[in-house]
Amino acid sequence: MPKKRALGRQVAVVGAGMSRFGMFDDRDSKDLFIEAFTEMCASVDRGLDPGDIEAMYFGNFSNDFFVHQSHWGAILADALGLVPKPTTRTEGACASSGLAFREAVFAIASGFYDVVLVGGVEDMSKRSTAEVAEGLALAAIPYERKAGFTYPGVFGVFARAYFERYGASREHLFNVTIKSHNNAALNPKAQLSQSVGDIMDAKIRRAKDKGAPAPNWADERDFLRDPKANPVVASPIHLFDCCPISDGASCLLLVADEIAQKFTDIPLHVAGIGQGSGRGLQTAEDLTSFEATRYAAQQAYDMSGLGPEDIQFAEVHDCFSIAEIMHIEDLGFFKPGEGYQAVADGLTRLDGPKPINTSGGLKCKGHPVGATGAAQLIEVFKQLRNEADERQIRAGDLRVGAAHNLGGTGGTSTFTILERR
Amino acid sequence: MDSRPFTDFSFDAFLTEHKLMGSRCTACHALFVPPRSLCPKCYAANMEWEKMKGTGKIVAFTSIAFPTPAMAERGYDRENPYCTGVIELEEKVKVVAQIDGVDTRDPHSIPVGMPLQIAFPPPAGGAVSGPNLVFKPL
Repeated sequence: MPKKRALGRQVAVVGAGMSRFGMFDDRDSKDLFIEAFTEMCASVDRGLDPGDIEAMYFGNFSNDFFVHQSHWGAILADALGLVPKPTTRTEGACASSGLAFREAVFAIASGFYDVVLVGGVEDMSKRSTAEVAEGLALAAIPYERKAGFTYPGVFGVFARAYFERYGASREHLFNVTIKSHNNAALNPKAQLSQSVGDIMDAKIRRAKDKGAPAPNWADERDFLRDPKANPVVASPIHLFDCCPISDGASCLLLVADEIAQKFTDIPLHVAGIGQGSGRGLQTAEDLTSFEATRYAAQQAYDMSGLGPEDIQFAEVHDCFSIAEIMHIEDLGFFKPGEGYQAVADGLTRLDGPKPINTSGGLKCKGHPVGATGAAQLIEVFKQLRNEADERQIRAGDLRVGAAHNLGGTGGTSTFTILERR
Repeated sequence: MDSRPFTDFSFDAFLTEHKLMGSRCTACHALFVPPRSLCPKCYAANMEWEKMKGTGKIVAFTSIAFPTPAMAERGYDRENPYCTGVIELEEKVKVVAQIDGVDTRDPHSIPVGMPLQIAFPPPAGGAVSGPNLVFKPL
């Protein structure tokens, strides 16, 4: 059990913005970051003078590999006009900007800074799909890499272990996929913005237009069962269980709580934050749960005095459909082994009692890995401020939301609880 | 016994001699495969080599249709996927390894708990290093 900890002083989020997520052959990390930064500046209710930003922490996993360029702190500082203010890059694989957020919170809580920019960026699509898979596998432990694991393979093992232990099946993964696509269809920033049904109908139309025999899928699940429409990537993980390859950037503005009113009437307070580390596949004690997440969550719950029942909605790290099921159990929203049934029962839908990944998640919003942790918090920001438009959670008065970010084979995990007081 | 350092390099060298070796902490008796020089359980740094029997069973696995570059170089692809997974050795330590000699195109035919034994493939050639550990059905 982690020791109960408290911040030296309170911290608030007062701005949030993201670039479009997608595959762009005409934009690089700098362009995407500027897009996110501009949207973030515009989101600050009483305006932001960028000259007041004292430092930046940003997550980037591996632009070094993806675009063969390192040292993005200096590049971004120059592009945003932050020079000579300090910029610090954090790396925790797909949890890179979850780490950046946490370091920025500490920097303000320590009293050192009042106004800090948090960001994340990744530019992945300039590489081939096989190269991206190789690049992502750099986040695996060396033994996994030697054994031939890709990340779909790693989560294939988790899925197999979960299925064996709890009696779940691919049919249960379909529920996560269908929900993610439905939510993303309401998110103009989502990379995959169609429901599974719309994708299916479009394929039928295209076949008919070509005069080819139209596939006769009975419904979305039937479509997902078809190995031609939804081919296996790494059993039992199929194409529609996987997030896409994405380019994108995300930005948040963090300030000391005591000056938050200078920026907005609705600051979101950092109620709890936690971070943990974990083992790889071979030394993990349990292949159906992430120790790093359980540790991070407990830390955030202890800090905030809140429990899983108080979290009204959350963004969780659904790089693969099975991951969402594991996380909602690790975060305490559902008991171990009951997550898959909770999703099947609709409890995590936008109109359910515990909406999960209202943005469409990594699966459909997109997963430019270094940008993801901060982007998840952007969705929490929008939902808590009633700015999520068509995908706004309607049930009740939203006060508490959370974001969970995971890196590698569960090697790094962060959990952040935001509260509108 | 052997005075080699408790490193992954030594582990790989032993494999070329057809020995699956781990290290055992002389203080708390925890066993590690591949070996470790520092015990993460009791923080002691005194290990001794121990030879594994080379048998175990499947804990969980996947059959990968979109290979890593190293595996693509070995001829694996969508038509010829490879199986890799977590294996619990008879000595109760888990390793990750390629699982050969199973029907990788029909993962449902591969039961969790299937008994396996280590296969010592010829040392990996090629531009990128491939699996050092390979198991096959017992």
